[in-house]
Amino acid sequence: MNVLEVSELRKHYPIRAGLLRREVGRVRAVDGVSFHIAAGETLALVGESGCGKTTVSRCILRALRATSGEIRFAPEDGRVVELVGLPKRQLRPLRRHMQMIFQDPYSSLNPRMMVGDIIAEPLKVNGVPAAERQARVLELLDLVQMPASARSRFPHAFSGGQRQRIGIARALALQPRLVVADEPVSALDVSVQAQIINLLLDLQDRLRLSMLFVAHDLGVVRHVSDRVAVMYVGRIVEVAPTATLYRTPRHPYTEALLAAVPAPDPARRGRQLAVLGEVADPANPPPGCAFHPRCPYAVERCRIERPELTEVTPGRWTSCHRARELELAGVG
Amino acid sequence: MSAAAADIGATAGQDRFAQATQLQLTWWRFRRHRLALISLFIVALFYAVAVFADFLAISDPHATDARRSFIPPQAIHLFDDGAFRPHVYGLRGVRDPQTFKLVYTPDPNRKLPVTLFARGYDYALFGLFETNIHLLGIEGGSRGDGIFLLGTDQLGRDLYSRMVVATRVSLSIGLAGVTLSLLLGVLLGGISGLYGGWVDTVIQRVIEILRSIPTIPLWMGLAAALPNTWSVTQVYLAITVIISLIGWTDLARVVRGRFLSLREEDFVVAAELAGASQGRIIFRHMLPSFASHIIAAVSLALPAMIVSETALSFLGLGLRPPAVSWGILLQDAQNIQVLAGAPWLLSAAVPVTVVILAFNFLGDGLRDAADPYG
Amino acid sequence: MRPTPMAEPIALAVRDLAVRFEMEQGNVHALEGVSFDLRAGRTLGIVGESGCGKSVTARSILRIIDRPGRITGGRILLDPGTPQEVDLAALDPESARMRAVRGGRVGLIFQEPMTALSVHYTVGNQIIEAVRQHSDISKAEARNRAIELLREVGIPRPETRIDAYPFELSGGLRQRVGIAMALAGDPDILIADEPTTALDVTTQAQILALLRRLQAEKRIALMLITHDMGVIAEMTDEVAVMYLGRVVEYAPVAALFAAPRHPYTRALLRAVPSVLAAPRQRLATIGGAVPHPGARPAGCAFHPRCAEVIPGRCTAEMPPAIPPGIAGASCFLDVPA
Ligand SMILES: Nc1ncnc2c1ncn2[C@@H]1O[C@H](COP(=O)(O)OP(=O)(O)OP(=O)(O)O)[C@@H](O)[C@H]1O
Ligand SMILES: Nc1ncnc2c1ncn2[C@@H]1O[C@H](COP(=O)(O)OP(=O)(O)O)[C@@H](O)[C@H]1O
Ligand code: SF4
Ligand code: SF4
Ligand SMILES: [Mg+2]
Ligand SMILES: [Mg+2]
Repeated sequence: MNVLEVSELRKHYPIRAGLLRREVGRVRAVDGVSFHIAAGETLALVGESGCGKTTVSRCILRALRATSGEIRFAPEDGRVVELVGLPKRQLRPLRRHMQMIFQDPYSSLNPRMMVGDIIAEPLKVNGVPAAERQARVLELLDLVQMPASARSRFPHAFSGGQRQRIGIARALALQPRLVVADEPVSALDVSVQAQIINLLLDLQDRLRLSMLFVAHDLGVVRHVSDRVAVMYVGRIVEVAPTATLYRTPRHPYTEALLAAVPAPDPARRGRQLAVLGEVADPANPPPGCAFHPRCPYAVERCRIERPELTEVTPGRWTSCHRARELELAGVG
Repeated sequence: MSAAAADIGATAGQDRFAQATQLQLTWWRFRRHRLALISLFIVALFYAVAVFADFLAISDPHATDARRSFIPPQAIHLFDDGAFRPHVYGLRGVRDPQTFKLVYTPDPNRKLPVTLFARGYDYALFGLFETNIHLLGIEGGSRGDGIFLLGTDQLGRDLYSRMVVATRVSLSIGLAGVTLSLLLGVLLGGISGLYGGWVDTVIQRVIEILRSIPTIPLWMGLAAALPNTWSVTQVYLAITVIISLIGWTDLARVVRGRFLSLREEDFVVAAELAGASQGRIIFRHMLPSFASHIIAAVSLALPAMIVSETALSFLGLGLRPPAVSWGILLQDAQNIQVLAGAPWLLSAAVPVTVVILAFNFLGDGLRDAADPYG
Repeated sequence: MRPTPMAEPIALAVRDLAVRFEMEQGNVHALEGVSFDLRAGRTLGIVGESGCGKSVTARSILRIIDRPGRITGGRILLDPGTPQEVDLAALDPESARMRAVRGGRVGLIFQEPMTALSVHYTVGNQIIEAVRQHSDISKAEARNRAIELLREVGIPRPETRIDAYPFELSGGLRQRVGIAMALAGDPDILIADEPTTALDVTTQAQILALLRRLQAEKRIALMLITHDMGVIAEMTDEVAVMYLGRVVEYAPVAALFAAPRHPYTRALLRAVPSVLAAPRQRLATIGGAVPHPGARPAGCAFHPRCAEVIPGRCTAEMPPAIPPGIAGASCFLDVPA
């Protein structure tokens, strides 16, 4: 049972120039992305800055309008809605089923509202009566391990980690089916980050949440996700169950990402490898495989023909011409 | 005090901070701004004067008497023969040896006692209650006698009383102008920032055109077009409209900018994702976030309005006598010959300067305090 | 434990450095007696969570702390034990001497390279300016030197890139320019304040490799500030762990990871997410969050979060600071070897 199925999602931003603001090109921020999330599953979306992770998550939540593609969402068992073309009026009642956890614990809470009102806001706009709201706010604060007294305080009284808990409580207020978390722990300190990761793991277990978890920290991703999708310049280059992907990557870009992570172990010093060059420009991606200018395994074919995302072994999809022949190094 | 006690983080202090509303935080921050705090007091004082203008005035600001023209400022003498008996000197009529006209000059031999809550000319307090009680007045005394704290003008009107009444006109015209600007600015700036697209483009272009027209010629043109037959009130309203015609563009820019940046804020996106309606997002989440910015912008726009009115009236393009405003009072001080003989007429420039400075400091303080997080 | 045998001379010694921000809301003791040594050709890692004073340490060495911050105690000795020894803490921040040290002897690499670069000038202009501040050479010579610097930090096509504006460059290239700027005065001490925090892992790996290479070539004394234990393990020789304005543990890097001696270090290491984790593995956590330095807990500042707290003692008494250059932990439980 899939909660979310995304196929051939595209989001292009026009580049305009000149007095008449004519379109002179397009930033292909997301350029044909397909994946699914099963009920109770956490899919991580990883990749370098600017590869389109945020754009994908905002398109799913319809905070951005996709250029083309399909997003099929199941708000409850047996009902599937296509979101890309859905009129605004029909979208509003669906909003409660998919919620977001934000990256920045500072800008994501309205500084003018008390914490209790912030958490109650989604309940209020969805017509939950006041008495019930009160009880639910207390329940939610307890769920994210915050004291009930937090209700009558303003966000500025809380640390980054506590604010993130409040943001999580708000996202869970309406018991959504799908939670999209865009870098929910990357603004936090290590010790607080660990607390929030554990909280998210607990909540996944208790509430059977389906989650799209956007992150760039591969360590964090290994802890929280069931499957991982790796993005490069607007496309998914590899999807696989987490442990499989880390141990035996099949795409050279995945290998490069894993190799770049410095291990917290001086004995393994010097294993860290730097992939050459810079991320390609999504307004002007290289022909063929977009990764070829940086790929140590690139061959002639890679410069001409774009590899398609294909299933190399069951459950693992890779877009590389040489996926079957290369022996790539993973971790663990 | 021990160093530990001075450190922040005493539990009580933190609790107070935690439960403080936005308004309280702003106030705490504003309070630290000495100059702004003093300015706030001064501005409040000026508005109090405006509200109680007639009560504070001593003589009828419109009552002319050619014989007491250009009387220099008179002091109130507090003691008489060592006893506390506040008094002013009465006026004595003398013939001017050159013009043979009868003019009044102070006569130290005639002491007129000054009293509080004295009876004077009739007026309506707050425009409602008919009364003739004034803060100061003299007992006894004949026609022509009075307290002329700042002297009199050519027509023998008490400058102090005129200035007090002018305060009401000048400050209220600023306030009315700002209110109108605010309405226009919030409405058009809001539409511009909220809808974007071609609506935004059109409004922005209009603003640019309005701002590129030099103000003085524009005012002159508009003011010259006001029919001579209009009443004081009509002219007053027309002038308000004219000065707010330019003022709104600044406010519209502030509002538009805030809308544009707030639209991207995560907490606004969160409200949208929760399913909140457009109206709720604007009024519950966005407007409170920049109300303080608007207040700051207003307090910076007000002095500009006041200066505009003063300038227009000074040039003879704004309010016309018998209306009294600071600009009109200064108009009397235009003539260098008059000024040489009666320099006290220039004192009308003092409240203008003080109030403009106060408003500017106040605005700066408010702007800094408006964003306790920024 | 014995002082670690280290042949390299000490380039910079920080002793009991204390920095205070005096503000209306109260005083913030950002640093409270920080001591460490920087040695030629070696890397000292400074690690800790945000607000523990890493940046303030870096900025006070260069005497560029923001107002109302002020050094209230301690010494910052350049070339200690030599005839040229000078205490930077005693110099006027605006003095010619200090200006010569800044950029000339000690270079600074910022977390966000844009803070060091102006958007209004080309990359070249800014590096040339920095070069000429520290040596008396002509504009043309300085330009050549700037191109050379850009090549040295691995910027492709430096002859054309020198005329680019900072915003035309990617984050990774900007940080390389930031490093070139720091190297313009040919310093022998380099302070890198979270130089890779704003970058992707891939770019981080490139920048770390660059720093390693430059340090080996120029025998630079490098002070590398980070909150990433991976970067510490990868890059440093010795490590100072900071908590609330104090060095709570100092150790050679291998020892720090093999046998951390301070409860905070131990907890921190366990809290780091790992690419080797089992599926859905929970992390060990430290309760609470770093308190604001203005609300420093009495006794051992870590006691409210410490799993091994000794009631009565840790809450009342401050454990002694670690003598500079000697491995150890500022904790009552630490037994000096
Ligand atoms: N409003 C916009 N107009 C034009 N281009 C945009 C816009 N928003 C995003 N982009 C471009 O789309 C691409 C993908 O952006 P996105 O924010 O999704 O990246 P990301 O993977 O989330 O990166 P990060 O890790 O930095 O958050 C980038 O190249 C970005 O510059
Ligand atoms: N400009 C400043 N004004 C007031 N306090 C400051 C300022 N800069 C730093 N501090 C205080 O010093 C402490 C240490 O800061 P910093 O060195 O920047 O931490 P980090 O270890 O994250 O680099 C902070 O918690 C902060 O409260
Ligand atoms: S298709 Fe070619 S260039 Fe692309 S990742 Fe595979 S080997 Fe490298
Ligand atoms: S001194 Fe006490 S509280 Fe501090 S770290 Fe050691 S055991 Fe913990
Ligand atoms: Mg993003
Ligand atoms: Mg810092």
